[in-house]
Amino acid sequence: MSSVLSGFAVVIEPENLLYCLIGVVIGMLIGVLPGLGPAATIAILLPLTFGLEPVTAVIMLAGIFYGAQYGGTITSVLLRLPGEASSVVTVFDGHALARQGRAGAALGVAAIGSFVGGTLSIIVLSLVAPLVAGFALDFGPPEYTALALLGILLVATISGGGRIRALTAAAVGLLLATVGRDDFTSAERFTLGNLSLADGLDFVPIAMGLFGLGEILYNLEDRHRAIKVPAHVANVWPSRADLRQSSGAIGRGSALGFVLGILPGGGAVLSSMAAYALEKRRSKHPERFGKGAIEGVAAPESANNAAATSSYIPLLSLGVPANATMAVIFGALLIQGVTPGPQLVTEHPELFWGVVNSMYLGNVLLLIMSIPLVGLFVRILRVRATVLAPITVLITLVGAYTVNNSVFDIGLVIAFGVLGYLMKKFGFEPGPLVLAFVLGSLLETSLRRSLLLFGGDPTGFLTRPISGTLLLFLLLVVLAPAAQALLHRRANRQNQLDWANRQDQDSRMSR
Amino acid sequence: MTVLGGAGIAGSLSLGAGSPSAPGPGTWPLIVSGVLVVLGLALAARARHTGEAERFTRNGLPVAAAVATMIVFVAVVATIGFEIPTALLALVWLRFLGGESWRLSILTSLGVVAVFYALFVGALDVTIPHLF
Repeated sequence: MSSVLSGFAVVIEPENLLYCLIGVVIGMLIGVLPGLGPAATIAILLPLTFGLEPVTAVIMLAGIFYGAQYGGTITSVLLRLPGEASSVVTVFDGHALARQGRAGAALGVAAIGSFVGGTLSIIVLSLVAPLVAGFALDFGPPEYTALALLGILLVATISGGGRIRALTAAAVGLLLATVGRDDFTSAERFTLGNLSLADGLDFVPIAMGLFGLGEILYNLEDRHRAIKVPAHVANVWPSRADLRQSSGAIGRGSALGFVLGILPGGGAVLSSMAAYALEKRRSKHPERFGKGAIEGVAAPESANNAAATSSYIPLLSLGVPANATMAVIFGALLIQGVTPGPQLVTEHPELFWGVVNSMYLGNVLLLIMSIPLVGLFVRILRVRATVLAPITVLITLVGAYTVNNSVFDIGLVIAFGVLGYLMKKFGFEPGPLVLAFVLGSLLETSLRRSLLLFGGDPTGFLTRPISGTLLLFLLLVVLAPAAQALLHRRANRQNQLDWANRQDQDSRMSR
Repeated sequence: MTVLGGAGIAGSLSLGAGSPSAPGPGTWPLIVSGVLVVLGLALAARARHTGEAERFTRNGLPVAAAVATMIVFVAVVATIGFEIPTALLALVWLRFLGGESWRLSILTSLGVVAVFYALFVGALDVTIPHLF
């Protein structure tokens, strides 16, 4: 308990307060601006965090992540333009409400839902994460092998753009992680005789290139043009009836978001969609959805904030990032000399509780900012992408240099930026690659340690209860899509037989 | 992908593949490369009838130009400092890639350099090569 309280003491240090505020404001901004997502922004800003204390750095980066969930809503509602992938479903009802002149109600309910979802999630996080960490302290190399494999596989199966593509990206990430000196034998691998590669590829230029520069280049092809900004938004307070109508949706959305956020590969995007689908299915009048149902805003917005918070649980308690943004924060911690894992709560309690408790504050700040300042944030949309792009690129290039004072790193960022652009063009997500790269050395080291432990007998993994269970789950993840495809095919054949009965169309829509 | 995996396998074998009981430096890369070859073949088999990749159009030209400016930036930054390349890159992106007016382009580029100088050299005191 005392460590929880000392966490609050960490939060109210003026420097941490300031960076928490900076983080949530940046998060809001990039949430409002379409194009750059939180993973990209955090990657670009990584170099700026090196001069900071680890706690302060993570407080700021965390603020960017959940701040973006708030900001993304604004453009979804007002402009039918999701600033953020996790706000895509908010567009349906949020924009419909805006066209009925009730944009204020939609934004207000979204802000309150986000606040409730985020705060509930932090409370459960504070209770659950130390327990998970305590349980995970007994994990040995075999368990970590299974856990890391499961994490990579889940992210690859859930992320967009095709399962095989995602797995391929992950495999490339694992291979890139092997570049450099081998930890066990110090043999140099895949360095091509280049001294700059002997210590392995650095995480920062890869993340900055793939997420940051890759996205900027991709956006250069004129995807976001001609945004018409409405003059002003009146009355952001939702009415009491709105609040009563959406309270259930906020509760359910928060719970669903919390659970999905913990799962590897879950995260904010998936949970907002699931929450929307759940509300639509539960509703007595599903036809209202898409035409301005306030629950259709409340549920996904609560869910994405709850998920953004709960996805810290696997990172801070197991040392396994659950999604791409968490992978970048994992990298930020490593650079600060902190290895996230079960020991974090006991060895760095000030970091763990400082970061967790800063989220309460951040959510309060966001609630305060988002209701009266909506108009201000909307005005930011007038800044043209053509002006922002060169500035972001230059921050990326100069920032990459400052990490190791190396021009070679700038070159790496550009190379990975081009790779990120090409991946997007060919329908690959960069997320699984970065995640696999981060987990690569953990996976290899623990696999080799376990094999030494078992004397080379791979069945050893199955005889240990936890690693065995995890691997069984892994098998399920691999087999489930295949089984699903089989069922689908059978269902389709059935459909062709009786063409008249097309009731499953609705379920397909909500998926 | 398959080619990359093949290269990976060759590299791993030259490192010494080891055995399950005594994993060598090449064991893990060998496994990963093997998986990559399989996935690459699977992708190739599918590529024929899925059109998921976006087509390269003339819209891609600005991207190529943008990459070129960045390569020039890296090539000269170590010798002539960051100020001139930064201003030039910003100018090219604003005026030619972005289609902004000359006035706004020049003012913004100069502004970016001034802010970067104040931030990186003045406030953060990093060792980026600079002129002054």
